Amino acid sequence: MAKITAGIATSHVPAVGAAIDMGRTEEDYWKPMFEGYEFSKNWIKDNNPDVAIIVYNDHASYFGMEIMPTFAVGVAESFEICDEGYGPRPVPSVEGAPELATHLAASLILDDFDLTVLNVLEVDHGLTVPMSLMFGTPDKWPTKVIPLAVNVVMYPQPSGERCLSIGKAIGRAVAEFDEGLNVQIWGTGGMSHQIQGARAGLINLPWDQKFMDDLINEPEVLQYKPHLEYMREAGSEGVELIMWLIMRGALGDQVEEVYRFNHVPASNTSVGHLILTPKDVA
Amino acid sequence: MKPDFDQFEDLPGTTIFTIEKAREGFHFNEFCMSLRKEENRKRFLADERSYLDEWEMTEDQKQAVLTRDFQKMLDSGGNVYFLSKIFAAEGLSYVQAVSTMTDMDVKEYQAMMLSGGRNIEGWRSKKERGEA
Repeated sequence: MAKITAGIATSHVPAVGAAIDMGRTEEDYWKPMFEGYEFSKNWIKDNNPDVAIIVYNDHASYFGMEIMPTFAVGVAESFEICDEGYGPRPVPSVEGAPELATHLAASLILDDFDLTVLNVLEVDHGLTVPMSLMFGTPDKWPTKVIPLAVNVVMYPQPSGERCLSIGKAIGRAVAEFDEGLNVQIWGTGGMSHQIQGARAGLINLPWDQKFMDDLINEPEVLQYKPHLEYMREAGSEGVELIMWLIMRGALGDQVEEVYRFNHVPASNTSVGHLILTPKDVA
Repeated sequence: MKPDFDQFEDLPGTTIFTIEKAREGFHFNEFCMSLRKEENRKRFLADERSYLDEWEMTEDQKQAVLTRDFQKMLDSGGNVYFLSKIFAAEGLSYVQAVSTMTDMDVKEYQAMMLSGGRNIEGWRSKKERGEA
């Protein structure tokens, strides 16, 4: 039986990827942020998953407006790196986990989550920056990945209830997979940030920290937070945080907080990071 | 559930990219997506007007691109992740491009970010600001 052993949440700021790719992580601006991930890079060496289900959003990199799936799962053998306009990030391509991914997609569809199935997908910074933060700069990524893309760009995004609920269904689907795999689920994006309009640069760190507390302790309440409140309090792009609810839903009722980190700013963004484990495992 | 797009009107200095805005900006955002290819970035930068004329965009949208008026691009159906393809083509960062939509220059904007970002107090609602 496969088992979800941990959940990781992290922001996925594109400039963080650029700083890594250009060797600028030791600069005064970046150093305090990257130091906050040292614990996690060591932790994951001892807790390397066989498969990571990475919940992320595409940023007009692979999906334009021709096709905009609300939830889409990548079932391919591998995923190439998108050119987001600056040329593709110089990171290894991402290895898929087709057997678990097809089981997951089928389970979720049968559970009434009408997922889009992706046999071809190129991934962008939303997925690769979290991998760089956790794994550094290896020649080959040390885990297989199932990308789960969520529309958070176009309103209406899925509701918080739907996100927590699909997370729970992911937890059940993984537990029903016959092979004994160590699986992690990652929720990416956020925290507060707004990268458009006269209000650009908005950061709301107290709100971010409360969101983390509620995600850990009261996800059943947090799920009802409306989109408008994310946008008002955490900025128009802060609505990405609904993806953390998917991660949380997959971990079960009670979790242990292994690690927490906040840092302002990275580019335009409040960086937040959590490592959680389900209580029955810890 | 009946969608309520008007609820976002109260957010100051913010343009929410709704499914309606996405319709309005479809061809414009398609143009942006074309800049994911290096050959198209080169063609665009070599002759912006000719490149823009290949797309079913409104003249207002084209002018907004030519003058790099990102707020106007948002107002006419653009979304910042699509717009990023325009400023990426020129090698500009998000901070450099995003700051142009505020009343600050890039140095002032960067200083604001380094001091903790824009404080939300006073920026929650147009009503609160007396703008509604």
